Amino acid sequence: MATFLLRRLGLMVLTLWLLTLIVFFGGQILPGDPARATLGNLAAPSAVQALDHQLGVDRPLLIRYLSWLGGLLHGDLGTSYTYRTAVEPFIRAALINSVKLAALAFVIVVPLGIIGGVIAALYVGRGTDRIISVTGLSLSSVPEFVSGIVLLVIFGVELKWLPVTASAGAGASALNQFRHLILPAIPLVFVLFGYIARMARAGTIEALNSDYTRTATLKGLPETTVIRRHVLRNSLLPTITVIATQTGYLIGGLVVVETLFDYQGLGNLIYKAAVAKDFPMLEAGVLVIGVVYVVATLIADLLLTWLNPRLRIGGTE
Amino acid sequence: MSGYVPQPADPGVPSPAEPVASLDRTGGYLGPTGQAAVAAASRATPARWRLLLRRPTFFVGAGILLFWVVCAVFGHLFAPYNPLAQNLLANNAAPSGAHWFGTDPLGRDVLSRVIVGARDILIITPLATIIGTILGTALGLAMGYFGGAFDQVAGRLVEAFLALPFVIIAFLFVVAVGSSVVSITIIIGLVFTPLIARTVRTAVLVERHQDYVSASRLLGESPARVMFAEILPNVMPAIVVEFTVRLAYAVFAVATLSFLGFGVPPPTPDWGADISANYVGLPAGYWWETLFPALALASLVVAVSLIADSIEQVLSA
Repeated sequence: MATFLLRRLGLMVLTLWLLTLIVFFGGQILPGDPARATLGNLAAPSAVQALDHQLGVDRPLLIRYLSWLGGLLHGDLGTSYTYRTAVEPFIRAALINSVKLAALAFVIVVPLGIIGGVIAALYVGRGTDRIISVTGLSLSSVPEFVSGIVLLVIFGVELKWLPVTASAGAGASALNQFRHLILPAIPLVFVLFGYIARMARAGTIEALNSDYTRTATLKGLPETTVIRRHVLRNSLLPTITVIATQTGYLIGGLVVVETLFDYQGLGNLIYKAAVAKDFPMLEAGVLVIGVVYVVATLIADLLLTWLNPRLRIGGTE
Repeated sequence: MSGYVPQPADPGVPSPAEPVASLDRTGGYLGPTGQAAVAAASRATPARWRLLLRRPTFFVGAGILLFWVVCAVFGHLFAPYNPLAQNLLANNAAPSGAHWFGTDPLGRDVLSRVIVGARDILIITPLATIIGTILGTALGLAMGYFGGAFDQVAGRLVEAFLALPFVIIAFLFVVAVGSSVVSITIIIGLVFTPLIARTVRTAVLVERHQDYVSASRLLGESPARVMFAEILPNVMPAIVVEFTVRLAYAVFAVATLSFLGFGVPPPTPDWGADISANYVGLPAGYWWETLFPALALASLVVAVSLIADSIEQVLSA
């Protein structure tokens, strides 16, 4: 177990380092001069040059990468071109907002998806299964801004049940914040439902067809006991992987939802940074997303290994 | 010459040793489809393809897709108005006999824009998916066949890329090189490459240890020949499934980029761009300007997903 853990952590560090390369050099191919973008078209060339020097963007690429990486290792995420202050407080605030929204989406979708998938599996091939599977598939494939707009029109504009923006304003109560986050969370729930239900269904079908389920049924256990004690416990394993890996998708979806509902989250921050060519902000934001994904995958791996002794004995992938 | 190609004993019964969901990282991002694609490789026979004709969801999907293809190719001939013609005296007009879907803030006919708007998205998505599939297949074949250090290095890079939501990578690059039909096509193709490579690699690993591969290597065939002439035909069904699934994601991605303002530049009719340009009019009650492009988009993605799902189900049932 210890070597397994060490190996996983080593691979994670390697992946994170490659990620810094991709993010940094990906960010650098953005054309345009950040000082020019900040100062506007009418600024004097000397002023642009001075700001370029002040921001450090006139140094060679490799030196900039190394100093950026050195800063990261010391917890310094860089200085925003647009705001001229450290990006860290922006990223932190945006991350907290995004986590609230993502957490609400997960809290709604995980039980729904698992229940939907298990029900579909119990009625496999019949009408209920078809309805759940096709609905899930259709909902997953509709882009978030399409479902978001439909929800916005129905519940925000026509019925006026829920607020049309996601931000409740400073100092709002938890309940008020929650009300504002319901509408933005639903498009994310729609997209994730299909994936989670699909994995839960596949896992349950496999468990239902297994020898241990047959043994449990043949030794006379009631059906509900068989399903609860033998089927569900085994069927939910693959679902954990999907839930963890979908965090990566979720943040991509957040870009759209946060823009649509004007919510100050990480997706919105990255989007605005990309439009303003604010590289340090963009790089830090994208890197944080990568780290969240890599850590979520690691946790899912460890959880699976812990829950499934067969993997522990095998030790490696 | 092509050696012994093993046939599965009974394509209808998945072998018990084969897990429903892959527990390693290769089954990760964007759901279980890659795994299903790999599983499909061993089961594609002409009889199975004919099963497609018995699936109602396939017909529904194909019918809708065909409708939009007709609109994309001939739409300019039967659209009631010029989709670019402005008429500021008749702007924001509600649906009526003259304008079935109403008019937008510039007085352009929404129905005509919806019909002609099918064109760019139906040019970009198949081309982008083809580029991604060709590059991904080549990379995946090489990773799976050569293994070793090459596989390790490429695998780590792929993993690092997958840590970022593909919408974010795509818009990072689109911001960098500017948006046009060509640039969006190439960027989405490149973003898909690692995803497809990973699925193909997994499929190749299954084939690699088959007798026919060893036999053709013993016959002295070059690695390129073994990969492309021997292994490729056997992993083709996995690639077909992967292609159709990615096609649906491509529609999703192109529409999302358009919505975020990184799509085909205006005034070209485009569903995503029209939605993002007009949804500010929703509180004022101009729902038709947003709803009809949104429905068009939703119907296209759902259609492609239904086709992809039918193919996958037929091959993996």
